[in-house]
Amino acid sequence: MLDNLTARLAQIAKRIRGEARLTEANISDALREVRVALLEADVALPVAKHFIESVRAKALGEEVVGSLTPGQALVGVVHRELAALMGEANVGLDLAVQPPAVILVAGLQGSGKTTTCGKLAKLLLGEKKKVLLVSCDVYRPAAIEQLKVVAAQAGADFFPSAVGEKPVDISRRALEHARTHYHDVLIADSAGRLAIDEEMMREIADLHGVLMPIETLFIVDAMQGQDAVNVAKAFNERLPLTGVILTKLDGDARGGAALSVRHVTGKPIKFAGVSEKLGGIEPFHPERMASRILGMGDILSLVEEAHAKVDLEEAKRIAEKVKKGKGFDLEDFKQQIAQMNKMGGVASMLDKLPARLAGQIDPAKLQDDRQFRRIVGIINSMTPQERRKPELIKASRKRRIAAGAGVPVQEVNRLLNQFEQMQKMMKMMKGGNLQRMMRGMKGMLPGMR
Amino acid sequence: MHFFMLAVESWATRLKAGLARTREVLGTPLAHLFARQRIDEALFEELEAALLQADCGVEASGSLIAALRERVRSERIEDGGSLKRALKQALLELLAPLERPLDVSRAKPCVIMVAGVNGSGKTTSIGKLAHWLQAQGSSVLLAAGDTFRAAATEQLVAWGERNRVAVIAQPSGDPGAVVFDALGAARARGVDVVVADTAGRLPTQLHLMEEIRKVKRVAAKALEGAPHEILLVLDASTGQNALAQVKAFDDALGLTGLVLTKLDGTAKGGAICAIAKQRPVPLVFIGVGEGIDDLRPFVARDFVEALVG
Ligand SMILES: Nc1nc2c(ncn2[C@@H]2O[C@H](COP(=O)(O)OP(=O)(O)OP(=O)(O)O)[C@@H](O)[C@H]2O)c(=O)[nH]1
Ligand SMILES: Nc1nc2c(ncn2[C@@H]2O[C@H](COP(=O)(O)OP(=O)(O)OP(=O)(O)O)[C@@H](O)[C@H]2O)c(=O)[nH]1
Ligand SMILES: [Mg+2]
Ligand SMILES: [Mg+2]
Repeated sequence: MLDNLTARLAQIAKRIRGEARLTEANISDALREVRVALLEADVALPVAKHFIESVRAKALGEEVVGSLTPGQALVGVVHRELAALMGEANVGLDLAVQPPAVILVAGLQGSGKTTTCGKLAKLLLGEKKKVLLVSCDVYRPAAIEQLKVVAAQAGADFFPSAVGEKPVDISRRALEHARTHYHDVLIADSAGRLAIDEEMMREIADLHGVLMPIETLFIVDAMQGQDAVNVAKAFNERLPLTGVILTKLDGDARGGAALSVRHVTGKPIKFAGVSEKLGGIEPFHPERMASRILGMGDILSLVEEAHAKVDLEEAKRIAEKVKKGKGFDLEDFKQQIAQMNKMGGVASMLDKLPARLAGQIDPAKLQDDRQFRRIVGIINSMTPQERRKPELIKASRKRRIAAGAGVPVQEVNRLLNQFEQMQKMMKMMKGGNLQRMMRGMKGMLPGMR
Repeated sequence: MHFFMLAVESWATRLKAGLARTREVLGTPLAHLFARQRIDEALFEELEAALLQADCGVEASGSLIAALRERVRSERIEDGGSLKRALKQALLELLAPLERPLDVSRAKPCVIMVAGVNGSGKTTSIGKLAHWLQAQGSSVLLAAGDTFRAAATEQLVAWGERNRVAVIAQPSGDPGAVVFDALGAARARGVDVVVADTAGRLPTQLHLMEEIRKVKRVAAKALEGAPHEILLVLDASTGQNALAQVKAFDDALGLTGLVLTKLDGTAKGGAICAIAKQRPVPLVFIGVGEGIDDLRPFVARDFVEALVG
């Protein structure tokens, strides 16, 4: 997970330093590393090859001349090119038609179509649109029921369909219903299908023919491997796709499929799915995706995520305390740990850190969230007074707390030390300096060296 | 319906048919490579490319090709046919150790817990597994341990109806409680095998990884020695993250086996090569379709045969 391209390129960049210009010879090592990184991120081989060739051409061209060190320039070219290939940022839905605007989703089995329908519905309801959902999946057991539940969760209208019906007939009736009931948007879910299943591919093309959707969205699992090019090509040939949604980006896959799909379809990636919950959809950020594929970390989204997920009230309360100079106590510390867990734990934050920082973390230790629970156990064994005033905790109290939590006394000591560091960090956070905060977190979290 | 179309073909033909289509799509048919007269550097490169495109990963592909070069030298291989045999042999040596049949006779009830990331094919595989187990003469009970996803219970209940087996579900929302209940029911009814579904989860969701550990502990409390099998369901179209999934779930739960689904598509599931090298958890079953009898015990020789042709 952490064999980081940035780190490896930095090594190579050092070697290139001192040479006046980039040559075939001195960039070939670096480009080989880039190729490996792309393949490890699941970028399809032909796409990776194509990318490397275009970078090679660019790197040998003028853009490099005049920049400070050739090594830096090369890393820059790689990142810029990749981000450019990922397409534009914030390409939203195009629903500018005579209502109902129809959205059709398509993709492989289990890629996240039904969930994404619910997410889109929720998004559009937030824009005050009247939304109708319909399932054309008459194959998978309980697929229609799933969309019905999802529609209710989103608060959208649901058009019932049944297993015995033909998908084309369902879509025709749903469209009619949307028209007569003045829905702004009709979102049609479809069954998962393999690109080589001729009968099913014909079916989705027929559905498209009936619905005439303004948006035909291809739903892609971010964990998908090399086959992404073949599948995307096949869907793109059979359906006039208007965009792509990349799901399950909350996982730790590097998501090279995004590049493969972009490359073969040329269609914009419009959204990213980042949770199973219906609120878990975000605009797609090409820059960040490029960094993620290259393993360069994504400090930006880390910061945003911290904003979004951390309980604001709780954070405010703590910030207030810190500002007033009133002690940040062990109860707050416990809350912080809970917050951290909400953010998906340290492991998910790790992916978003730049190489330099991530390299300081020992992933082996990270999987182990027992340490978190132990900390909570120790704090729970303290009296409220001790939590507020940790300085009260001397030897005999330490022994009692250790016994209560079932840990050796050293662990209590370690926790108190970590807590002290945390207190220091809270002061830095007041200054709003993220770099310093990250440094401050070192040694405080389990697994950080 | 589409998944009945190929039902009559034998598994090897079927998997092969799927992979043959892949070869056409890729435009670099392995058979074509092997038909070449000379064994040169370009040929090795193309073979490596084919492995990479099957999701074998940089490391596993590299070492397979290195082993192949070694064999070409030491065995003085000169023609494409022998080279093909050598590659098959290298793949077989890598994958054969993963073969392990499922044995449900060592406990009654034998408890099988099924885990995996979102959408990998857990619930469907359980539906197929129930069918397979019944065909082997075992009585089966299913536990609807996915209390999170919309209509997950209804989906499993539908599979229960197809198989005519009971499904234990609860409105409680607690997967541990469902499993506890199911084990009690299984004992009371003298059922041979309990298969427990769980919600899909990504290893980055630490609280969900903790939750599934708890389900395992609850099973152990309800019945000594349970769960007897913990199977991780992997989607064959997953790339290098498949290995990360195996590591994470194995660390959290101690896996006894893998199920590799969706091999009827164009994805070849080569990630299993990387898994065999770095975290060799046995591959118990493969999924080759959405139908009830689209589950097959993994046979390394057939798999390699289908991959290389
Ligand atoms: N973590 C995470 N899970 C997701 C995301 N999107 C979908 N899922 C989960 O992925 C699984 C499959 O999602 P579905 O919406 O059922 O997928 P589908 O494409 O409709 O599946 P089929 O209809 O069977 O082809 C479910 O468990 C979803 O909760 C996402 O962005 N993040
Ligand atoms: N073609 C094909 N499709 C499969 C196979 N196994 C499962 N599927 C399909 O993949 C999709 C997801 O399967 P599920 O069984 O719902 O997956 P799951 O892991 O239970 O999903 P969650 O519970 O949402 O995490 C469904 O559309 C299945 O029909 C297979 O071997 N081949
Ligand atoms: Mg669906
Ligand atoms: Mg399921």
